[in-house]
Amino acid sequence: MSTLTATIPGTNVSTSRRDQKARSMNRSKPLWSVLAWIVGVLFVLPVLWMVLTSLHSEPDAATNPPSIAAALTLDGYRSFFSAQPAAPLINSAMASIVSTLLVLCLAIPAAFALSIRPVQKWTDVMFFFLSTKFMPLVAGLLPLYLFATKTGTLDNIWLLIVLYTSMNLPIAVWMMQSFLAEVPGEMLEAASIDGAGLIRMLWSIVRPVAMPGVAATALICFIFSWNELLLARTLTNTVASTAPVFLTGFVTSQGLFLAQLCAAATVISLPVLVAGFAAQDKLVQGLSMGAVK
Amino acid sequence: MSASTASSHSKVGPDRPQVHAGSARKAADWARRAPLLPALIFTIVVTQLPFVATIVISFMNWNSYYPQDRGFGGVSNYVSVFTNAQLRSAVVNTVILTVTVVLVSLVLGMLIALLLDRKFAGRGAVRTMMIAPFLVVPIAAALLWKHALFNPNYGLLNGTLNAIWKLFGSDSAPQVDWLSTAPKIAIEVSLVWQWTPFMMLILLAGLQSKPADAEEAARMDGATSFQIFRYLTFPHLRQYLELGGLLGAIYIVQNFDAVFTITAGGLGTANLPYTIYQTVFSAHDYGLASAMGVVVVIATIVVATFALRVVSSMFKQEAGR
Repeated sequence: MSTLTATIPGTNVSTSRRDQKARSMNRSKPLWSVLAWIVGVLFVLPVLWMVLTSLHSEPDAATNPPSIAAALTLDGYRSFFSAQPAAPLINSAMASIVSTLLVLCLAIPAAFALSIRPVQKWTDVMFFFLSTKFMPLVAGLLPLYLFATKTGTLDNIWLLIVLYTSMNLPIAVWMMQSFLAEVPGEMLEAASIDGAGLIRMLWSIVRPVAMPGVAATALICFIFSWNELLLARTLTNTVASTAPVFLTGFVTSQGLFLAQLCAAATVISLPVLVAGFAAQDKLVQGLSMGAVK
Repeated sequence: MSASTASSHSKVGPDRPQVHAGSARKAADWARRAPLLPALIFTIVVTQLPFVATIVISFMNWNSYYPQDRGFGGVSNYVSVFTNAQLRSAVVNTVILTVTVVLVSLVLGMLIALLLDRKFAGRGAVRTMMIAPFLVVPIAAALLWKHALFNPNYGLLNGTLNAIWKLFGSDSAPQVDWLSTAPKIAIEVSLVWQWTPFMMLILLAGLQSKPADAEEAARMDGATSFQIFRYLTFPHLRQYLELGGLLGAIYIVQNFDAVFTITAGGLGTANLPYTIYQTVFSAHDYGLASAMGVVVVIATIVVATFALRVVSSMFKQEAGR
């Protein structure tokens, strides 16, 4: 980083001194680095504890003081998978993936109309979308439940898909708008002067700039859908129940088996953990919505 | 609010419509609106219609146990929301929970983001560890805290106390029943653990977008670290803090998973979402639950309007680019 600034012409005024100073600053505070590591470990510790407990036998999982060095076993996972989690996991995957795709299909054209060729009063439209998020899900829950019972869509995964789409769409429109606003207007103008059609412009200019934004938006929609509990719990029953609902049932129906519970929690969190770790930078971009620069 | 600046801005575009009035212009306007309409119509139908129904039901006496008593009830449900002690405490709990969790996780998130903004060995690894709590499914996190950490007999917290005391040859480590001693704090701790990484990520993005030269210049001029933070870093972070606060508040006001799992609303911890859930699915009092829903929405709008005023200022900057 510091070598990089040194190579930019015009910034090399007393670069060497700054360099020295910057380096000595970074070096002289190992205390802060140690503190950062401690904080990081503290935050990840419950997650590690969940994974470790899931790998212990039930008696070893529930001891005081904790038995860190106890023998590892896959029994917890065996009993979790013998509880037939396939259907809820598939339901969750379907609800999350299909609703995320639907969100993208709706949000990308909308964001286009709000940034590349903005409609009049586009900021008002943006605020309308955000304001729908001010309505807590629970405030629409009863009518949705009554609607579902009347129309026979209770316990139907498609109802959840529609609702998850509506739940994530406003945030997705916001995110996509800010990502598309990154497309330089001069480039579009230049392309249209050169006679490029709309499709061509979208493909060769907008698409490359927007792709990271699409990925970030998709990731966040996926996470929120995968995690959702309240709607899934109230609007599904046996057929369409999702992984989080399955997890709650896991405790009450069988009493408490800690290792088994931790195994279940680990498996159900795994898709989000893997996706989130793999796409950390996208996640950061998405969360800051590109809106604030 | 920023409509006038926005509409003048909105005409900047590759194919700005010429000012010949008439049908061509109208057609062009509709061509612009067309891509927006599916999302707009979908959102209105799926999110606004149910809420309109909620408002209607909130003025009705409607308990599905007593179907014959269904009818117009005036504002009686709203009177209950504010006079029934249990419901009032749900309102208070929601406010306390939201404010505490948002503020604490914002402050912690900011401190940790400042720590992670400097270069050190394994920075990527520490960031990865920090993100983990945000990626654990909330219901799994709630179950984890309740059973694996807070449990008085074999939870990690008491287990650690025991292990430390044993190190010093004592068998009488304090063994606290965390959930009954401090139920609200227990819920707040688990939520702060989940939301601090979220705030940290937003603020870290903010810190990393900060121009480095201003800080270097200030340092050359002899500014202390605190002065740099106070006059350069913090003002730059402000809009990120506000964005984090707004998003955090929107999601934490609605929190259901943690309250439902960790205390099941017991020990005076029930918040509005949990109480509404109970009122619909246990008490079957649809009218009352709807009135509570309307109150939550109004409260959220009040909070969010304050927050939005600030977000909209940052939004104006962008619009004026």
